[in-house]
Amino acid sequence: MSRTRVIDEYFLDHRAKLIDIAAFLDRVDRAGGSEPEDFRITAFRRALALLDDGETDRARRILESMSDHTTTLLDTAPGKGACGTQPPEADDA
Amino acid sequence: MSYIDPHIHMVSRTTDDYQRMALAGCVAITEPAFWAGYDRSSPQGFYDYYRQLTETEPARAARYGINHHCWLCINPKEAEDPGFAREVMSLLPEFLERPTVLGIGEIGLNKNSKNEMTILQEHLAFAEQHDQLVLVHTPHLEDKHKGTLLIMDAIADTTLDPGRVLIDHVEEHTVKAVLDRGFWAGMTLYPETKCTPQRAADIIEVFGTERLWMNSAGDWGDSDPLAVPKAMVELRRRGHDSATIRQATLENPKTFLGQSPRFDPGDA
Repeated sequence: MSRTRVIDEYFLDHRAKLIDIAAFLDRVDRAGGSEPEDFRITAFRRALALLDDGETDRARRILESMSDHTTTLLDTAPGKGACGTQPPEADDA
Repeated sequence: MSYIDPHIHMVSRTTDDYQRMALAGCVAITEPAFWAGYDRSSPQGFYDYYRQLTETEPARAARYGINHHCWLCINPKEAEDPGFAREVMSLLPEFLERPTVLGIGEIGLNKNSKNEMTILQEHLAFAEQHDQLVLVHTPHLEDKHKGTLLIMDAIADTTLDPGRVLIDHVEEHTVKAVLDRGFWAGMTLYPETKCTPQRAADIIEVFGTERLWMNSAGDWGDSDPLAVPKAMVELRRRGHDSATIRQATLENPKTFLGQSPRFDPGDA
């Protein structure tokens, strides 16, 4: 598809998703302050910066920014779930 | 257009879903053994599950003209207790001979723990010993990148041919490494986690269709058993030709799964 066709096809859908993100951050703000900031929101803001840094491969780089980059196996599994971004205490020492 | 959903958990779906999938063109599915949303309390629970996978679901699917196949293992989410996992694995040889079993899966890692890795390595050794195809689950979200690399390294320590191993749930940050190392790659189409149909189409546009397939992984959680035909619509919307769509959703699954003489795509 041409650039114009891509924008024609997907702009409104992603405009809506962009406003969803804005509304989510407004909702977090309305819920009151917490210090330090939740690590997930910190990761979210870091990822948002990647959207408009002039580089491409944004999806890959955002996924990487929210990934565990340690290389060693955990002694035990801390439950079964994942929270979506690496908790700060799990970073490699 | 006919398609194959090579990863879907029909034990969690209704018969209506079989009907809707048939109406959308699904001719065959493969169902990996996985977590039921709760931990089973005994190996006997897995024995019953394996019967469901090898007896009940093939019969249920056949009513709609869909050929059902399965993969067997103890999944990584229930592999944290190696003693329990080995008891479950001791059931595998009995079921491995059943006519719709294609191989070992979905094995892999969940939280990238030492015990999960131990059981993964024992599954890989079992697959080597019995010359089985392998379907690999990669971890979720922040654990995926690390887990995918650890899993590929573990496979590299075996004699398994990467061309007989499919690494599933790839996303933009793992697909290249998986394909570069000679494995097959699966894109799972989920509403929130993993890939959307739009992102799967993007990945095809960047990486092509060689050794790449897509699946719904429909299960008991947020998922869509019609995700594959929706991705086909997305590809068509972008102007991709029928041959490309057919390659990603029918021919590639036939090629990989056809390495098992038990795989039957029907007349597709």
